[in-house]
Amino acid sequence: MNESKHSAWKEFSKGILRENPVLRLVLGTCSTLAITTSAQNAIGMGLATTFVLVGSNAVISLLRKVIPDKVRIPCYITLIAGFVTVVQMLIEAYSPALRDALGVYLPLIVVNCIIFGRAEMFASKNKVLPSILDGLGMGVGFTATLLAMGIVRELLGSGTLFGFPVTAGVVEPILIFLLPPGGFFVFGMLVAAANKLAGRKGGAPAELSCCQICPHGAACAGPKESAGKEPTHD
Amino acid sequence: MIKELVAIFLAAILTENYILNRFLGICPFLGVSKNLKTATGMSVAVTVVMVIATAATWPIYTYVLTPLGLTYLETIVFILIIAALVQLIEIVLHRYVPALYNALGIYLPLITTNCAVLGVTMLVIERGQSDPNFGFVASLVDAFGSGIGFLVAMVIFAGIRERIADNDIPKSLRGLPITLVAASLTAVSFLGFQGLVDGMLG
Repeated sequence: MNESKHSAWKEFSKGILRENPVLRLVLGTCSTLAITTSAQNAIGMGLATTFVLVGSNAVISLLRKVIPDKVRIPCYITLIAGFVTVVQMLIEAYSPALRDALGVYLPLIVVNCIIFGRAEMFASKNKVLPSILDGLGMGVGFTATLLAMGIVRELLGSGTLFGFPVTAGVVEPILIFLLPPGGFFVFGMLVAAANKLAGRKGGAPAELSCCQICPHGAACAGPKESAGKEPTHD
Repeated sequence: MIKELVAIFLAAILTENYILNRFLGICPFLGVSKNLKTATGMSVAVTVVMVIATAATWPIYTYVLTPLGLTYLETIVFILIIAALVQLIEIVLHRYVPALYNALGIYLPLITTNCAVLGVTMLVIERGQSDPNFGFVASLVDAFGSGIGFLVAMVIFAGIRERIADNDIPKSLRGLPITLVAASLTAVSFLGFQGLVDGMLG
């Protein structure tokens, strides 16, 4: 019993630091860069993605023996798109302001590589409970990273936190942190910090893994990329 | 009319660049831009799929989903159309134009989950709703311009990365972080185009 609790905790916690989807696996970069202009948007995007991630991981894991291997990609995409539509309708009903803030990036959760990547690397090979925990952990890791980026960019770019003035009026806000270059720069610095921390524990620097998910990714990204190496628990 | 289309085309490349201004298609931008040849191949494939996908999704949204009141199915329908189209293009190229298939074929499966393609099909619909003059032709021009903008950003960045590769970079910044910093500086240079298109044609 203790043993299974331990491994369940491991499944959940790996997404937060050790295999953080954004900083270590480098998945879902588009939404990470685009919507982190404020801490509030970051939380909204993080929670929406977590919902889709947990839902799709659970259903794909349940259906992993039913879906034929050859048509798995269209099947996954349809399932994920279904969950994204649910989230879109929920947000439209309860928080139209958030929908306007996230704009096109909300439906684009469909093509967020985190969700597809976890389906392919984890949920399709593991039982339901570990898959749900994996989705939850990855979602929390994603939300936390977005929040960190949102806080940095909002604080430096507009001098506020969650809309409340902090340094505004004392320090002149640096507008460029809200613009696209600021997004790339803050993300680069966060990845560098994560690399440094992971390096102390003997971890390798982060590498883009959206290409590992794609069956042809290795071919077009050059010979350097290696195949995904996720342990299976089944 | 022509003037407006030219403005849409130039804006899509310079001021609303998909990668550097809208953060769509970052994965291929960071992953496939290691050398010029793959960067060009990928971008051409993306451009082709963007235009064909827009040509397919726009009429379906306007003449099927809207009259039936099914616009909330946009996400599911669009991603499935794109997935099917990519498959179809792959089969047709493989069968009839093997030379082109060998050049672009390996990039095609990646494109289904490329957010730039789904992004362009949805953004032209959104823009068409707020601006009645933004019709089918304008959408196609916008999609084509977005693809060319993608190509421009990829090619510029592939050149920059080939130069970075030979430099002595601090250990923590090696690999992805320095690539992102370089992307940030490239994005700064694209900020310089802000207002250019309006100033030129307005």
